[in-house]
Amino acid sequence: MNPPKRALAFLRWFCREDYLEEIEGDLTEIFVKQSQSSPHQAKWKFTWSVIRYFRPGFIRAFRNVNQSAYGMYISYFKIGWRNLLRNQGYSFINIFGLALGMTVAMLIGLWVYDELSYNTYHKNYDQIAQVWVGGTDPETQEIVGHIAVQQPAAFALKNNYSHYFKHVVLAWWPGDNTLSLGDRKFIRHGQFIEAASLEMFSLDMLQGSYNSLNDMHSIILSRSTAEAIFGKDDPMNKTLKIDNRMEVQVTGVYEDIPRNSKFGDLKFFAPWPLWVTVMPWIKQSETNWDNRSFNIYVQLQPGIQMEEANAAVYDFYFKNLPKDLLKQAEKWKGFMQLLPMNTWHLYSELKNGKPTTGRIVFVWLFGSAGGFVLLLACINFINLSTARSEKRAKETGVRKAVGSMKSQLVAQFLSESFLVVVVAFILAAGFTTLSLSWFNELADKDISIPFSNPVFWSIVMIFIFITGFMAGLYPAFYLSSFQPVKVLKGAFRSGRLAALPRKILVVVQYTVSVMLIIGTIVVYQQIQHARNRPAGYDRESMISFMMTDPAFKGKQEVARQELFNTGMVEEVAFSSSPLTQVWSSAGGFSWQGKDPAKDTDFDLCYVSHTFGEAVKWKLVQGKDFDLEHDYDSSAIIITESAAQYMNLDNPVGELITHEEDKIRYHIVGVVKDVIMGSPYEPVKQTFFIQNRYDYSNIHIRLKQGTGTAEAVAKVERVFKQIVPTASIDYRFADDAYSYKFSQEERIGKLSGIFAVLAIVISSLGLFGLASFVAEQRTKEMGIRKVLGASVANLWRMLSKDFIILVIISCGIAIPVAYYYMDLWLEKYTYHTGLSWWIFLVTVLGALTLTLLTVSFQAVRAAMMNPVNSLKSE
Amino acid sequence: MKHYTLGEFEELVLLMVAALHDEAYGVAILEALEEKLNKKLNISAIHVALKRIEDKGFVKSRFGGITEDRGGRRKKFYVITALGKRMLDTQYELRNSIYKQIPKISFS
Repeated sequence: MNPPKRALAFLRWFCREDYLEEIEGDLTEIFVKQSQSSPHQAKWKFTWSVIRYFRPGFIRAFRNVNQSAYGMYISYFKIGWRNLLRNQGYSFINIFGLALGMTVAMLIGLWVYDELSYNTYHKNYDQIAQVWVGGTDPETQEIVGHIAVQQPAAFALKNNYSHYFKHVVLAWWPGDNTLSLGDRKFIRHGQFIEAASLEMFSLDMLQGSYNSLNDMHSIILSRSTAEAIFGKDDPMNKTLKIDNRMEVQVTGVYEDIPRNSKFGDLKFFAPWPLWVTVMPWIKQSETNWDNRSFNIYVQLQPGIQMEEANAAVYDFYFKNLPKDLLKQAEKWKGFMQLLPMNTWHLYSELKNGKPTTGRIVFVWLFGSAGGFVLLLACINFINLSTARSEKRAKETGVRKAVGSMKSQLVAQFLSESFLVVVVAFILAAGFTTLSLSWFNELADKDISIPFSNPVFWSIVMIFIFITGFMAGLYPAFYLSSFQPVKVLKGAFRSGRLAALPRKILVVVQYTVSVMLIIGTIVVYQQIQHARNRPAGYDRESMISFMMTDPAFKGKQEVARQELFNTGMVEEVAFSSSPLTQVWSSAGGFSWQGKDPAKDTDFDLCYVSHTFGEAVKWKLVQGKDFDLEHDYDSSAIIITESAAQYMNLDNPVGELITHEEDKIRYHIVGVVKDVIMGSPYEPVKQTFFIQNRYDYSNIHIRLKQGTGTAEAVAKVERVFKQIVPTASIDYRFADDAYSYKFSQEERIGKLSGIFAVLAIVISSLGLFGLASFVAEQRTKEMGIRKVLGASVANLWRMLSKDFIILVIISCGIAIPVAYYYMDLWLEKYTYHTGLSWWIFLVTVLGALTLTLLTVSFQAVRAAMMNPVNSLKSE
Repeated sequence: MKHYTLGEFEELVLLMVAALHDEAYGVAILEALEEKLNKKLNISAIHVALKRIEDKGFVKSRFGGITEDRGGRRKKFYVITALGKRMLDTQYELRNSIYKQIPKISFS
């Protein structure tokens, strides 16, 4: 017969410990006696008695419910905090270093997140693709292709593949257009596109609907643009003019697309049919399978997989081309494929027709750089805590002797590292917030910290956890494994082996830092190398712009004359494409001595006869265009690489025929290569053809020695008079050229900053270690000094260890860096070499920095008066 | 020294502790008192009184050996202290002296 369990448990729960035994015993005794006569009553009696004990004087103090565990943790943090305060120098190095590392990791994390979420703004992200057409070059056997597609292909896709595609949308290339409201003009980036695109790209329509582009004379504006043009007025149904030749009505306003989308820079959408009306050639090419100029976007039918659709369109050409063109398609093994939206940004580069690389390379590169910098900071923490373990050894010994278990000590040291990590995180969050706007500018991004996002916080928690563990685990296990007897007897010495992991970690740190520095120098070298490459023309004091307004037509000669009259202009020229891009290329040329089997391919640029004078290209052979002599004849100037490609030693005077058009050109001169495409690629063979009509670009060379601002103002005034409707978006040639380097420069800057931070963090750690070693060897130094060692001797002795470590790091870093940078440079056809001085400079730099860091401590220790150092303790 | 008073029930318990001498523990006191008073008491009342007089210093306690019928719990034995004894003595004398002042009146 047992007393009622619940009542007993209740008693045990509330009763004072010192009373419990007596009360429980007495109650049980009574219960046992009573239960012999009436068990039921005994139970009741027992319970009733227990309840009567529930009164002041018998209830224990409930404040210390979890006394054991809770108090322990409080004590851990208290001890940890006191330790931080006692060693402020080390704490600063630890926390500040870790905060720096975390800031870098956070910035990079945000950047990587931004890159990975590119285009995900669009709800149909998984179902949107762009059409890409290509084939195998019969000569090189390479797969080549483009996103520029023939117009009839779009119609065939719409008609014959409707069970795969929900929408097939034809679009023109996005471009800058002038939107004008009365006299006010706004240059905005926009796209002419078919109406279904609004639903396809899931625009957030603030006004209007997904049907807003159905009418031919309509336009939808982004919110920012609508506000810029109309201010507070309602933009709906207002009339605008595009490029002064298309009258449109605003039928909708959409929320601006975020910048990390392919369409993020588009400020308006206008209907495709409107574009066709102003571009008669597009109308004419509706059935032309030779003209590849258009973009086609598709959205899959629900339930259709991208692979299915891709397989279905692969043989598109053989099913849909007219009979007479099939032969050409067979020769080129033509095929069509869909580039899914998730490859547009991260895998934008196609290798052999497959999207393989692109920005994803940088995501990996920066991601690993961020991880490394964080690792360096963690290594600092590990090194300093283990190095200082001797100081804590006594504490550990006492704790163990009093009865701490190893697991409790591990918990203690881990909680200390968490304390540091949390403090560092708070600092890092501050740093990140402060540096974000600067970082955005540098990285050309629009990133914000998603403080309200639970995903962000869970990542932060994981991040803190991982860092806390990474930084605290080794010290925790190392410190807690001390043997208390040895430690307390004072026999504890961390021997040679104890310092070994520390040394290895220093080597790792410096290896990473040196590699980052070498990488940065090489990136800068490569940019500089490409910059110094002769561009083939003079980029100084020349401005160019596009003549989009139809009012320019026929005004070119007048404009040229008026510009001369300002006295500020040396020459004016016109061309079919800007100097920084190649817009057209063609094949089908033949000349004397040409290998008849060879397919030809040239970049073409149509220019006015003054072009050479204006851009100041460098003639190698022959002469420049001459209006009087070459007025009717189709004169042509070729580049050096074209002469080489055509295998002509004396090209001047030779004739070139275009097989289909039956046009004959005669070569009047040869110029040095003009870089119009990528400065990292070899220049393609180019023809400059004199032509008097098809100009869309104007180039104005300003006179040397005139004030640029004044000259530009005068030029603008001239155009205001001649073509008052046009808006002029001019650019300086050197700016336009520099823009080609912006991507590489950005990467160079970012990696430079990371490298500097990495070296700062490593140096901080080394500084801490050096000061520790100096402190540890104070007595030894004192004795050495007494025995006659000089300051220089002692300095050398202390610095030597660290210098050896850094030399080992360099020994590892250089071959690895060489391998990877060589690989990176290989990507560029026009690249710099890896010269030995880069490595030498890096090694010398690392050594100097180490010496400076270590010497500060070493010299201070060596200068100390031996009387003091020997007396201490 | 603080002047402590003794409540009626406390006095009874203290008397019983003194009477039982070395055998005074919760249940024994309870049973003895129940017998003398001829009424049922609750053990908690005894404990409350015991703790109070112990706080006041009239008794002191010690643990006894383990016994089977108490579920392995030890008994707590109470012994009266000199102070307790003195307290009982003064109480007794006080009552006695007042009692003697009562005139010999017949109530029958």
